[in-house]
Amino acid sequence: MMNERTVPAAPENHGDWIAVCRHDDIVPDTGVCALVHGRHVAVFRIDAHDAKVFAIDNVDPRSHASVLSRGLTGSLGSRVVVASPLYKHHFDLRTGECLEEPRWSVAAYAARVVGDDVMVRIDGGAA
Amino acid sequence: MNVIVIGHGMVGHKFLESVAAQAGGALRITVLCEEPRPAYDRVHLSEFFSGRSADDLSLVAPGFLDRDGLTLMLDTKAVAIDRAARKVTLSNGDVLDYDRLVFATGSTPFVPPVDGRQRDGCFVYRTIEDLEAMKARGAHAKAGVVIGGGLLGLECAKALRDMGLETHVVEFAPRLMAVQIDDGGGQMLRAKIEALGVRVHTGKETRAIVDGESGAHRLQFADGTHLDTDMIVFSAGIRPRDELARACGLEIGPRGGIAIDDACLTSDPHIYAIGECAAWRGQTFGLVAPGYDMARTVAKQLQGESATFAGADLSTKLKLMGVDVGSIGDAHGRTPGSRTYQYSDGRRQVYTKLVVSECGKQLLGAVMVGDTAEYGTLLQMMLNRIELPAAPEQLILPPADGSAKPALGADALPDGAQICSCNNVTKGALCEAVRNGATAIGALKDATCAGTSCGGCVPLVTSIMKAEMKKQGLAVNNHLCEHFAYSREELYHLVRVGRIKTFGELLKKHGNGLGCDICKPAVAGILASCWNEFVLKKEHASLQDSNDYYLANIQRDGTYSVVPRMPGGEVTPEGLIAVGQVAKKYGLYTKITGGQRVDLFGARVEQLPSIWEELIDAGFESGHAYGKALRTVKSCVGSTWCRYGVGDSVGVAIALENRYKGLRAPHKIKFGVSGCTRECAEAQGKDVGVIATEKGWNLYVCGNGGMKPRHAELLASDLDYATLQRYIDRFLMFYVRTADRLQRTSVWRENLEGGLDYLIDVVVNDRLGIAAELESEMQHVIDTYECEWKRAVSDPDTRRRFRHFVNSDARDERVSFVEERGQIRPATVDERDAAVRAQAADPAATEPAAPTLAEID
Repeated sequence: MMNERTVPAAPENHGDWIAVCRHDDIVPDTGVCALVHGRHVAVFRIDAHDAKVFAIDNVDPRSHASVLSRGLTGSLGSRVVVASPLYKHHFDLRTGECLEEPRWSVAAYAARVVGDDVMVRIDGGAA
Repeated sequence: MNVIVIGHGMVGHKFLESVAAQAGGALRITVLCEEPRPAYDRVHLSEFFSGRSADDLSLVAPGFLDRDGLTLMLDTKAVAIDRAARKVTLSNGDVLDYDRLVFATGSTPFVPPVDGRQRDGCFVYRTIEDLEAMKARGAHAKAGVVIGGGLLGLECAKALRDMGLETHVVEFAPRLMAVQIDDGGGQMLRAKIEALGVRVHTGKETRAIVDGESGAHRLQFADGTHLDTDMIVFSAGIRPRDELARACGLEIGPRGGIAIDDACLTSDPHIYAIGECAAWRGQTFGLVAPGYDMARTVAKQLQGESATFAGADLSTKLKLMGVDVGSIGDAHGRTPGSRTYQYSDGRRQVYTKLVVSECGKQLLGAVMVGDTAEYGTLLQMMLNRIELPAAPEQLILPPADGSAKPALGADALPDGAQICSCNNVTKGALCEAVRNGATAIGALKDATCAGTSCGGCVPLVTSIMKAEMKKQGLAVNNHLCEHFAYSREELYHLVRVGRIKTFGELLKKHGNGLGCDICKPAVAGILASCWNEFVLKKEHASLQDSNDYYLANIQRDGTYSVVPRMPGGEVTPEGLIAVGQVAKKYGLYTKITGGQRVDLFGARVEQLPSIWEELIDAGFESGHAYGKALRTVKSCVGSTWCRYGVGDSVGVAIALENRYKGLRAPHKIKFGVSGCTRECAEAQGKDVGVIATEKGWNLYVCGNGGMKPRHAELLASDLDYATLQRYIDRFLMFYVRTADRLQRTSVWRENLEGGLDYLIDVVVNDRLGIAAELESEMQHVIDTYECEWKRAVSDPDTRRRFRHFVNSDARDERVSFVEERGQIRPATVDERDAAVRAQAADPAATEPAAPTLAEID
């Protein structure tokens, strides 16, 4: 049996904002990994939050595995976070800060929904 | 200083534990043990007949004896002591020097001078060897008699009953347990024991034992009557082992025993005596707690501290053949001027008596048969001389108007009150442990040892724990997380009763915030246990931990391992070949798991659905290795092939694994089924363990391996398969209903108030009346089972999620493998960097070992 490899129809790009997928491509309250200018970017959809979508680097700093998009999302106090699937460190989805070990914080990127598309912007910050 | 300890029983070992820190330093200790094995729990000896082995009864922590300065010599007796030269001669001829000598020689069973007591078929009840001999005889016997109706005699009667014999107890005095309880209590105890099928004969003095007619032996009594039986066990008292002390001239107590003073010193300043062999102020002690006190006293002195033994409280609470019995202080009211209150309920079969001082303000003693709920309270009142309430009879009468009894608040107890006498734990020590973080009963037991011996103090320890937590402002808080102000058990109830089907609904009705990685998987498990919907259904997908989300186990590099189910560890040659072919095709690493199945590593997330399709085609299903679910039922070969097997362990293992596969639970569950007592499947280290017997199956529960191994406990024995299955249904569903998040069955059991007895009551005796519910809830899960791999591969929405990038078909270039022992393994970071540098230096370098997606298609 063939592996299904349907790629979502290519969305439009707006300036240095890159469209990565459709809003509906993301299961609510989960993340996906997008390839953007060679970087692995974790993109999250959180319906109950005003911001709607967030983006941080996908590589877990402790294991160097590209997995953060696969973690459980939620809130801790006033922060919206994802828990790394490997070691359960919590990353603030707005800032990329690692709550348990600040030295393991990751880069955060701007993200927004335009129409049906989810867009991210890489600002050339450190990976 | 050279210390020789003669005897390695319970008290001898407690002494070693108390000086262990000094061994190898200030003290060099040699222990002479007459028996062929180190110290074991003689108090719980009867459990030898209900599934515990000699090893299980050992009191020696693993590794305890491997320390410098501590030498244990088994099968070694001291035969002579030269006090002047301070030397001990051993049975093997060696002579050892000592600076200090400690007698811990215990007692020997007293056998009354009855003609015929040496006959083959007469036993005493003290050592493991005695029990092994009894077991051997019991296999060929129909009936057994215990001579002696005291504490030990009734324990022994239980042992005979557990062996399946028609059991009789013969007692010289007019009542049972004449030392601890009074006439009223004795009558009630007799009635309850006879209701269990044990025949009691009081006021009988055995004169001789001769050949019997309806049994191998006949006991002839002084009153002219007789009793025929096949086996006789003497449990008519104990006598201190003071023969060596007598031989070397030490002072002996008026009723035997090595005389000691308040420092536990004998008449020789270099020699101590502790435990049953010692006589303090003319009194010998047959309970272990005073022996422990003496052991600690001597240990302190050898470490240069002053310490004294001040006698012992002989209060005791126990469960004899399921009957609760308690005796406190002056149970017989011998204190001059004392008065009594008695309450006897013939219908509920409860008897309670209080002995109160003349002024009516102090509790002097009590007797309880059938209900010992107030034992802890009354004991503390007696020990701490807490003033009795104005109407003390209220303490033992059932409340007439439904009002609460005048309870003893934990606050009424002083810090120095000894709550656990077996391990000498005070209230102050418990409170400190709570302040240091022991805020659950299991943790408190670990931190202080309170409640880990006879278990009688556990209810009081629990109320002290709760009171201290309240004082510290720690709400007895078992809230799941910041999003739900409920325990897992409470949430489970809300979900079931409210028929709540999604996390969203639960959050809306009973929670706040967005949820988190604590509550989402916990609720996912609850929903699955109740409604058993597809775990990757859109509403449930976001609740799953990464493993469950991809129905596979994530590894350190972001790839996954795949474990197809092989029920009972059985697999056909075709099956093995199919798994092997899948592994080859996808370049996976293969390994056999502890659960007796094959694990395939190195699968990229996008390969998973294809891999599953091929495994499903070959007849396999998901093995749920990723879930808080049933993992495996480990089995040994059993009676089909093995020359020793007495039961078809493989057949039962397969049936059980197919029955419970897919069940979600608070934590992972592992089973084991062994075909005989050799236990090759290690069932006693599992959450549910089944062992074949000649008559059926024994069911063990709440064991586990891992960081803190725990032995499973016997729940029921000699069951037919249908009953076995029914009990497991109930046990599992009760666990699913009431346990905390991520609580293994072992920890759950440790924290159950009422412990194993309560669990047996609920599962076997259906005390809560919920058995039918639990069984039907389990049946629902079984009836709605569906392999989730099959569902995932055939559902396009789910299948679509199995990709690394949402916007590209490229694979994750960070995943790379190197070769080791002919298979792949993940490259380390250094290896990966080196490969990248090599690639940059020579772009024509070869591809890594694993095939690409293009190659697979």
